[in-house]
Amino acid sequence: MVAFVISRLLQALPVLLVVALISFALFTFVGDPVAAMLSQDASAADRENLVRLLGLDQPWYVQFWKFISNAVQGEFGLSYRLSRPVSSLIAERAPATLELAFCAAAMTLCIGVPLGIFTGIYKDSWISRLLLTVSLVGVSLPIFVLGMLLILVFAVQLGWLPSFGRGETVQIGWWSSGLLTASGLKALILPAITLAVFQLTLITRLVRAEMLEVLRTDYIKFARARGLSNRSINFGHALKNTLVPVITIAGLQLGGIIAFAIVTETVFQWPGMGFLFIQSVGAADIPVMAAYLLLISLVFVVINLAVDLLYYAVDPRLRAQR
Amino acid sequence: MLLEVKDLRVEFPTRRGVLTALNGVSFSIAPGEVLGVVGESGAGKSMTGAAIIGLLEPPGRIAGGEILLEGRRIDNLPLAEMRKIRGKRIGAIFQDPLTTLNPLYTIGRQLVETMQAHLPLSDAEARQRAIGWLEQVGIPAAAQRIDAYPHQFSGGMRQRVVIALALCAEPQLIVADEPTTALDVSIQAQIIALLKRLAREQRTAIMLVTHDMGVIAETADRVAVMYAGRIIEIGPVRQVVRHAQHPYTAGLMASIPPLDRKVERLAQIDGSMPRLNAIPPGCPFSPRCPHVFERCRVSRPELMPAGATDAACWLHDQPGASA
Ligand SMILES: Nc1ncnc2c1ncn2[C@@H]1O[C@H](COP(=O)(O)OP(=O)(O)OP(=O)(O)O)[C@@H](O)[C@H]1O
Ligand code: SF4
Ligand SMILES: [Mg+2]
Repeated sequence: MVAFVISRLLQALPVLLVVALISFALFTFVGDPVAAMLSQDASAADRENLVRLLGLDQPWYVQFWKFISNAVQGEFGLSYRLSRPVSSLIAERAPATLELAFCAAAMTLCIGVPLGIFTGIYKDSWISRLLLTVSLVGVSLPIFVLGMLLILVFAVQLGWLPSFGRGETVQIGWWSSGLLTASGLKALILPAITLAVFQLTLITRLVRAEMLEVLRTDYIKFARARGLSNRSINFGHALKNTLVPVITIAGLQLGGIIAFAIVTETVFQWPGMGFLFIQSVGAADIPVMAAYLLLISLVFVVINLAVDLLYYAVDPRLRAQR
Repeated sequence: MLLEVKDLRVEFPTRRGVLTALNGVSFSIAPGEVLGVVGESGAGKSMTGAAIIGLLEPPGRIAGGEILLEGRRIDNLPLAEMRKIRGKRIGAIFQDPLTTLNPLYTIGRQLVETMQAHLPLSDAEARQRAIGWLEQVGIPAAAQRIDAYPHQFSGGMRQRVVIALALCAEPQLIVADEPTTALDVSIQAQIIALLKRLAREQRTAIMLVTHDMGVIAETADRVAVMYAGRIIEIGPVRQVVRHAQHPYTAGLMASIPPLDRKVERLAQIDGSMPRLNAIPPGCPFSPRCPHVFERCRVSRPELMPAGATDAACWLHDQPGASA
C-alpha cells in the first residue's frame, strides 16, 4: 500500500518536471524580466549587476535547478505586476477558488450521478429522454455564455443575486471563507452553477452510458436469473461496477473544475486564482503564471493519486495484483 | 410434468419487420429428467432457455404459446412474481464462467444473497450453507475460499461456483446453456459429471443445451433437436442417437465419431441453416434434405410419431415409413 503510493508519486515526478520546465521556459522566452525591473534610465552596468543578481548569467540548468528548489519551498519570487511575493498572492486567492470548485463539484456529483443512474435504469422513459436532451444543451453551451445568461436573468433582470465578487468573507486563520455569510453564499450561487453545469451534464451522460453497459453484462443477467431484487441489482451489483470508470472521470473533472474556474472567475470577477492568472497573463506577470501552472499540475497529480487509491478500494482485482 | 412448453413463439420486432425466432416449440420435462437440446448455431436453443426463465432480451418477446411450471403458467407473470421463480424454482447456468460472476463481490456474498433472496436464513446460517455448497461442488478449502473474489479462481472452479449459485436455492429445474463450451476440454467432463450428480441428488431436472453429442449421449434422458426456431425431433436419447428419424438428425448423428471420442462441433451437412427472415415455406430443412419430395416444399410438417421418437418430417406421415 505505502509502496503503491510511493511508486505513484514517483511516476508523477516526470510530469511535474516537464511542467516545471515549461514554467521555467516562460521566464526565458516570454518578456524580459531585467527590462521589466529596471527603470528607463538604468546604465549598462546596472543591467549587468541585476543580471548577475538574478543569476541570469548562469547556464540554464543551474537556473532551472534553482527554480525548482525554490518552487519546492513555495518560493516563486515577486509578482512583476504587484511587487508582492507570489506565494502570498496565491495563498490569498486560493480559498476563493477552492470554495467555488468544491461547491461546483458537490453539485456535479450529488445531481449528476443520480441523474445518470436514473436515466440508465429507465432508459426508455420520457423523463430520461427529456433529461438527455437538456443535458445535450448543457454539454454544448460555452461556459461564458451560460455565465452571462445567468447574470442577465438573475442579477440584472430579477436582481436576486449579485453579478460579481464574493460578498462578505470571514477570516479563519489565513483562510477567508464566503460560506459563512449570507451575502457570501448568495454570491457563490451563480458562479457555482455556471461552473457545475458542463461537468454535471457530462457526468450524467457518462454514468448513464456506463450503467447501460454494465446492465448488459452477463453477471447482471445472471443476477437476474438468480432472482435477486431489482434494487439490489441496480444499486448494488450494477452501480458498484459503474463506479470504477466514473471515479476516473470524476477525478479528472474535479481537476477540470479547478482549471475551468479561470473562465467562470473572469465572468463573475471572482477573486480566485483563475482570475489572478488571467490578470497576470494580461500583464505578462511570469512569476504568477509559472506558480499557477505548477500548482494546477500538482492538483492534477494529487487527484490522480486519490483516484488510484479509490480504485484500489473498489476493485479487488487491482488489490490482488499488488 | 414439471415443465411444459406449449406452442411457444418468440418474436423480435426489427426495422425490417418481425423476426420469428421460435415457432411452435413444444416439449416437456419431467421432475429429475435431463433433457438435452442440440442444434446448429442460431437454431434457437438459448432463446428457448431465456424464454423459460423469463429473461428474453428486449425487444424479443413471447408472442404466443404457454410455459407451465407444475401446471401453472409462468410466461405471463408480473415481474415480482417471476423473480420468486428465478433462482428458487428454475435456476440457470450460463456459458462463460469468466463473465457470469460479479467481479466486485466475493463468491460467498453472491451465494448468501442468492439464498437469502429466496429462503428465510440468517446471515450465519446462509454463510454456513454457502460453505456447504462450495464443498459440494468440490472447491477445496471452502471455508477459507468463501471470501475470495471470482478472479482468484480458475475457469473450471468458477463454473463450479456458478453451479453452486444455480443450485443453492434448491430449484426444481436448471437451464444450463452450454455450461462447458468455454472451459478447457480436460475439465468439461468433470463439470458435466458434477452437474449430473448434484442434479440427481437434489432431484433437479436439467435442460442441457450443448453442441457436444458425447455429453448428450452420456448425460441426457431425452434429446430435443432444434432447427431454424423449431424442434424437429425429440425422443429418448438412445433412439435419437442410434435411430434418428429426421433426416437432419440422421445427418448430425452420422457426423459423430464413435462415442468414446469427443466431438467438438456438430454437423457436416451440406448447406447452412436458413436465416430467420428467409425460412422456406414447407419444411425448413427441405433445401438441404437428401430425401426431399413434392409435399415438403409446400406444406410444413409438425412433430409426428416416428419410430420411437417424434419427428417433424413428411416421411413419417404414412404408417410404416422411415428415413
Ligand atoms: N436481438 C435479436 N434480434 C433479432 N434476432 C435475434 C436477436 N437475438 C437472437 N436473434 C436470433 O435468434 C436466433 C436464435 O438464437 P439463439 O441464441 O437461441 O441460438 P442458439 O441456438 O443458442 O445458437 P448458439 O449455438 O450459437 O448459441 C438466431 O437466429 C439469432 O440470430
Ligand atoms: S419433410 Fe421432407 S424435406 Fe423435410 S426433412 Fe422430411 S423429407 Fe426432408
Ligand atoms: Mg446459444
